[in-house]
Amino acid sequence: MKTSLTRRYRFAASHRLHSSHFTAEVNQQLYGKCNNPYGHGHNYVVEVTVTGPVDPATGMIANLGELDPFVEREVIEPFDQRYLNEEVAEFQASVPTTENVAREIYRRLEKFPAARLERVRIEETSKNSFEYAGEGD
Amino acid sequence: MEGKSVPGKDTMIRITRKVEFSAAHFYHNPDMSPEENRRVFGKCNNPHGHGHNYVLEVTIAGEPDPETGMVLDLKELKEILQSEVVERMDHRHLNYEVPELAGKIPTCENIAGVIWRLLLPKITKGRLDRVRLYESPDLFADCTADAANGSGGRK
Repeated sequence: MKTSLTRRYRFAASHRLHSSHFTAEVNQQLYGKCNNPYGHGHNYVVEVTVTGPVDPATGMIANLGELDPFVEREVIEPFDQRYLNEEVAEFQASVPTTENVAREIYRRLEKFPAARLERVRIEETSKNSFEYAGEGD
Repeated sequence: MEGKSVPGKDTMIRITRKVEFSAAHFYHNPDMSPEENRRVFGKCNNPHGHGHNYVLEVTIAGEPDPETGMVLDLKELKEILQSEVVERMDHRHLNYEVPELAGKIPTCENIAGVIWRLLLPKITKGRLDRVRLYESPDLFADCTADAANGSGGRK
């Protein structure tokens, strides 16, 4: 039996989907409404799953007293109420699609020292979700 | 095996039944000092306890029986969940009233593990695939078959 723990977090941010690889017309055609030059926003939900042994002393894989402030510092504080394209350095070079946001959040949370990050799942809206479980597996 | 037709594999179905129970708990490790307990467990260390509406999702994987079209009759699964989990844990204090949790901190991880072990011998059709226990909508633990052992139950 393998055990994992999943915690859900939220942030609200704006973005615009526009790729410098394409012309304005192609961007408009490819991204549609999401290409609006003024940007738009979402209430993102981030599910963070960690695995590892359950510590017999605490009954925990990861203490939320450690995981919550780590996620807050690495993701929520730098992403919440921001314009992702301009205020998160990563997205000056890549398009802040939720695929790329999921990878960037995974990269940031992979450093969590107390348990192994298994998966990041993001709901961009209640209808769209994206998962990234790292390379390898 | 995606995209390949592997007999016995490509028609596997997962069925999930949900059940709820409400229970009290608190976190306290008697081997730690009161200060250490407060530092590690925070508000959850309140000795008067607190409670949650737990939501349990149990997933069974297997082949539908050719005669019934079912992996496992959900009515049977409902009865197993009732007798093994709800009757043991609903409206109970998990620290004091559930023998299977004795000596364990009743965290989401440990409760899910106890439920996994309670259910494993009771699932006689299909195999136990996942136990997911929500302590709140924003926090849940999953127990799944250990890949190293191939399966938590029968293949």
